[in-house]
Amino acid sequence: MYISAFHLMPHRELPDDFEKRYPSIWVTPQFHELADARRIGQFYNWTFDELIHAAKAGADGICTNEHHQNAYGFMPNPNVMGSVLARETNGMDCAIVQMGATLPATQPPVRIAEEYAMLDCISGGRLVAGMPLGTSMDINLCYGITPIEQRDRYREAHDLIVKAWTSREVFAWNGKYFQLPMVNVWPRTIQQPYPPVWIPGSGSTSTFYYTADHDYCYCFLSYFGYQSALNAVDKYWAVCQERKRDANPYRLGFLQLVGVSETDEQAERDYAKHVEYFYHKMLHVPPEWFGIPGHQDYKSLVNAMRNPVAARAIMTLKEKRFKDFQKDRYVVCGSPATVRDQLKDLAARLRVGNLMVLLHIGSMPHELTLKNMDLFFREVAPALRPTWDDQWENRWWPAALRKKTPQEAIA
Amino acid sequence: MSTVADRKVPVWQAKINANIKVAGSGPPVVFLHGAGGLLWDEFLEKLAARHTVYAPELPGTSEGDPDAISHLDNLWDLVLYNYEVLDGLDLRAVPIIGHSFGAMLAAELAASNPERVSKLVLIAPIGLWREDTPVANWMAVTPASDMVKLLLHEPEGPLAQKMFGVPDTDAQIKMIWSMACSGKFVWPIPDKGLKKRIHRIQAPTLILWGKQDRLISSVYAQEFASRIAGSRVELIDQSGHLPTAEHPDRVVGLIEDFLGA
Repeated sequence: MYISAFHLMPHRELPDDFEKRYPSIWVTPQFHELADARRIGQFYNWTFDELIHAAKAGADGICTNEHHQNAYGFMPNPNVMGSVLARETNGMDCAIVQMGATLPATQPPVRIAEEYAMLDCISGGRLVAGMPLGTSMDINLCYGITPIEQRDRYREAHDLIVKAWTSREVFAWNGKYFQLPMVNVWPRTIQQPYPPVWIPGSGSTSTFYYTADHDYCYCFLSYFGYQSALNAVDKYWAVCQERKRDANPYRLGFLQLVGVSETDEQAERDYAKHVEYFYHKMLHVPPEWFGIPGHQDYKSLVNAMRNPVAARAIMTLKEKRFKDFQKDRYVVCGSPATVRDQLKDLAARLRVGNLMVLLHIGSMPHELTLKNMDLFFREVAPALRPTWDDQWENRWWPAALRKKTPQEAIA
Repeated sequence: MSTVADRKVPVWQAKINANIKVAGSGPPVVFLHGAGGLLWDEFLEKLAARHTVYAPELPGTSEGDPDAISHLDNLWDLVLYNYEVLDGLDLRAVPIIGHSFGAMLAAELAASNPERVSKLVLIAPIGLWREDTPVANWMAVTPASDMVKLLLHEPEGPLAQKMFGVPDTDAQIKMIWSMACSGKFVWPIPDKGLKKRIHRIQAPTLILWGKQDRLISSVYAQEFASRIAGSRVELIDQSGHLPTAEHPDRVVGLIEDFLGA
């Protein structure tokens, strides 16, 4: 198993009554009422320090992503972050996992081909190229992309980026959404033909098929824990089988909130309020905004309306407290032994190879984040690492950083 | 009750099997529905008493054919597509009534080829934009239950109960997908350049607006009237964005008078 540290770069100090005073943490919150630019600068620098600390502590990869107009996680360009992280982790056994720049909102998309290639060059070939569709809030409400065109636009942007990376000739791109007369991006990636691609998603069936058809890694970015992800993940593996893909667990990534302390009791004292801050404030978004009409294709819309599991989960978050989030495994929190056991259970039940852990949660202060990272990578990660590696190679990882292949391990 | 028939017309290189609801008898009139989809209601029923009503469904919103929308990419496609539908129905010059999104489309048709539209009725059209009175974003309404406040003058009245009182998943899916399809042509701001073309409209034009419209303020009635030569405005009191549902008799009466004049 490969374990990467994910960071959202959230606002850590929202007022206690935030969710009562503001209709949403996304799209509409007032920056000048809620934040101070100098303090925000501190948050960004803590975020760098924490991710670099995770790399030094033993993270296999460090992950950033793109969101807009919010206090939930505001790295409008994750490649600005990734650039610093690539430079600071040079020489380390750590991938730069961009989860990443959102394709439908980047104009023209060759910008992503260029920036990712820069990161691959700066990092010495350690880039994982995340290709997110983007949330409805970011892409439709903040960036004005027509919802019903979002997926189609995404697919065209993907094809353009891959061709821009792989073509040896200058070419013209005559697409539906993008037209470019002479494409010839500089630089090109160290990794050939191009870096491993991860597709983050939240359970949409059409993305399962897209990922399996392209032989990429699907990354389930769920905040509702692994138990509630079982149905969707089973469906993903069924799609892989249907598309004649093998059952390599590294086809699946999963994001899990994790808090480790000396004991279970100490973990509750350390993390309870930050977990509640996360679920009560950071996910304070009107449910309608997760799916502006057209953001979901027709089939997904019908599924979501007939089985409103996700909508119900979002609607009931504020009724839940730390104990509920822990009990339902939205968070995996406790002593090293508790966390180890639950994550082993997660890995086995989901068949996940690329685990991403969110070790900075909501309002968690800097020092506590470092403690969480130290304990996790010292006391928990070593016990998880051997999972799968005797049987499967992580083909979705930068080749230079891959652990021994199964054959080498056996020899 | 008149019989409402579904007429299929293959258009757009036969890629779209257009569905047109047809009912009534008498001189023809075309009705273009709003962003939420076509609902055959009391208003259309009354209109069909003295007219043959042709109500085309926006591609993608017809039963069992949600992907038809993928064949139309932009407003230019949509306008030309609608001429093909009129051709298929053998309607050379016909009165067109449009509501909201459909009224914007009706105005575009009347502006692009004035010969095809003999008379024009615009009911609370979108298509223009005033910085001081922006059109509400009906695709991002939150909470969803507030939609009724944007649409109806009396959000808690009997009509609201009848239309929105009982949650109906199928109806919600239909409405959301209709907004997705119509949104293709107007997202994120429903101002796609009509102001540059609207002066070309030659058809006698009646502009109807609910006085208490909270989705798009009735101040827009004058914006349209000032740009369409010889047009006339009728404000409907005690009405929101759906005057056809809120005051069907009054609206049908005004339209009959206008069409008969």
